[in-house]
Amino acid sequence: MTLLSLDMLLVLEKLVLIVIIVFASLGIALYTTFAERKVAAILQDRPGPERAGPFGLFQPLADGLKLIMKEEIIPNSSNKALFILGPGLAMTAALMTCAVIPWGSTVHLFGREIDLQIADINIGILYVFGVVSLGVYGIMIGGWASNNKFSLMAALRGASQAISYELAMGIALIALLMTTNTLSLKEIVDQQMAPGHLWNIAYQPLGFLLFFICAMAECNRTPFDLPEAENELNFGYHQEYSSMKLGFYLFSEYINMIMSSAIMASLYFGGFDIPFFDEKVLPQNIAALVGLGALLIKIVVFIFIFMWIRWTIPRFRYDQLMNLGWKSLIPLALANMLATGAWILYFG
Amino acid sequence: MSTTEILFFFLSALALFSASMVLISKNPVHSVLWLVVTFFAISGHYILLNAQFLAIVNIIVYAGAIMVLFLFVIMLMNLNQQNEPQKNLWMKLAGVISGGCFLMVFVSLVRQALEIKTKVAMTTGGDIGLIKNLGRVLFSDYVVPFEITSVLFLSAMVGAIVMGKKD
Repeated sequence: MTLLSLDMLLVLEKLVLIVIIVFASLGIALYTTFAERKVAAILQDRPGPERAGPFGLFQPLADGLKLIMKEEIIPNSSNKALFILGPGLAMTAALMTCAVIPWGSTVHLFGREIDLQIADINIGILYVFGVVSLGVYGIMIGGWASNNKFSLMAALRGASQAISYELAMGIALIALLMTTNTLSLKEIVDQQMAPGHLWNIAYQPLGFLLFFICAMAECNRTPFDLPEAENELNFGYHQEYSSMKLGFYLFSEYINMIMSSAIMASLYFGGFDIPFFDEKVLPQNIAALVGLGALLIKIVVFIFIFMWIRWTIPRFRYDQLMNLGWKSLIPLALANMLATGAWILYFG
Repeated sequence: MSTTEILFFFLSALALFSASMVLISKNPVHSVLWLVVTFFAISGHYILLNAQFLAIVNIIVYAGAIMVLFLFVIMLMNLNQQNEPQKNLWMKLAGVISGGCFLMVFVSLVRQALEIKTKVAMTTGGDIGLIKNLGRVLFSDYVVPFEITSVLFLSAMVGAIVMGKKD
């Protein structure tokens, strides 16, 4: 079945995959908000949400319903088109990352080999980087269009933070790419799955640490949540937002967290690889499902670490944030890159 | 029409439309955002030519970094209110006519250039735009200009720091 020299079955397959992944991410994000409240509660020695359903499991649904039912307020002096565009852009940029993440190996279904990855492009990591750099627009446009000084200041803070930490992140990535020799996420995962090859964390421990810190800053998570420092900026760049537009902003943060966890798992922790186990002994479909499960477990662990840090460490001051980014992380990343280069030159 | 042609015309129309919106928009923030759309359309063209690296770098550098800085400056200067002096009608008319003449000359020049006449864009083949080949060419044939450019960037950075110093 071809139309316009496109294989329509392939298009259909990818469409189904996109729908599944996007809705799964949204669902996971929904329950990440719940997990956040529970983790915070445990760390602060209190029960947390427990009234809606068993163990409070319906709490996120109630929260979502509340956000949707709230009155929608668009400030009179705001720039209406951009005010509406802002949250949509934040959400789109957050979700776009999922296109290049390899969620599992291939599945054999209906006589077709289906890759559990939307697009295996040979510049996978750069694509992620491009999308991350676009994420700033959601914050900046939202903050500016609100026509509120606090929002604008928060937006500028957010953007300068994102730009500063993108640099260190990029340099940490370059060191990793020097060892992998490829930019395709699928190939990077395959390399780590090969027998005799350790996960990339073993080769790039410092690089991973830098990447992790920068990912936390890119997600605007505490201790890097200066754009929404409520004691300085009231509520941050989404101060004027209400109802589901606010929900989109809050939600996109959680989706960003999931996606950056997935990318860290794929880059440094073997992606859908199960440690100390050869997947080839399992039937193909079961191996793919088990691999997907392994990746999800890694993602959950990363999300838990994100939350653990959020509820343990207080927020940075703005000058501390900039000092950390420019005077510690970037020199460290550069040193890491040079050391990796020297290692490859003399021992590779 | 093949898929490539449909995509080409769609991207070209998008690029032209958003580029003219950059000029037509009265609000500078809108202009910047339309320019970002233009960069996306051009990146789409790069992908059609199988130059994926170029496409994504175009997005990272221009849409992701430079345009964000533009937005920064515009937002901080608060150019919301239109205090730009309105030029009179004759000035505008003269501008349109001279601009149109230049466009005509330019188009006819490009159409007649031998290099373009004899060559056809490689839309499916052609792998010079892939990162591997591009890296090889940059670090072998063009290594001297490439390194000199980096020195240029370094000097620009030093200059910016010197100018940004308080005393």
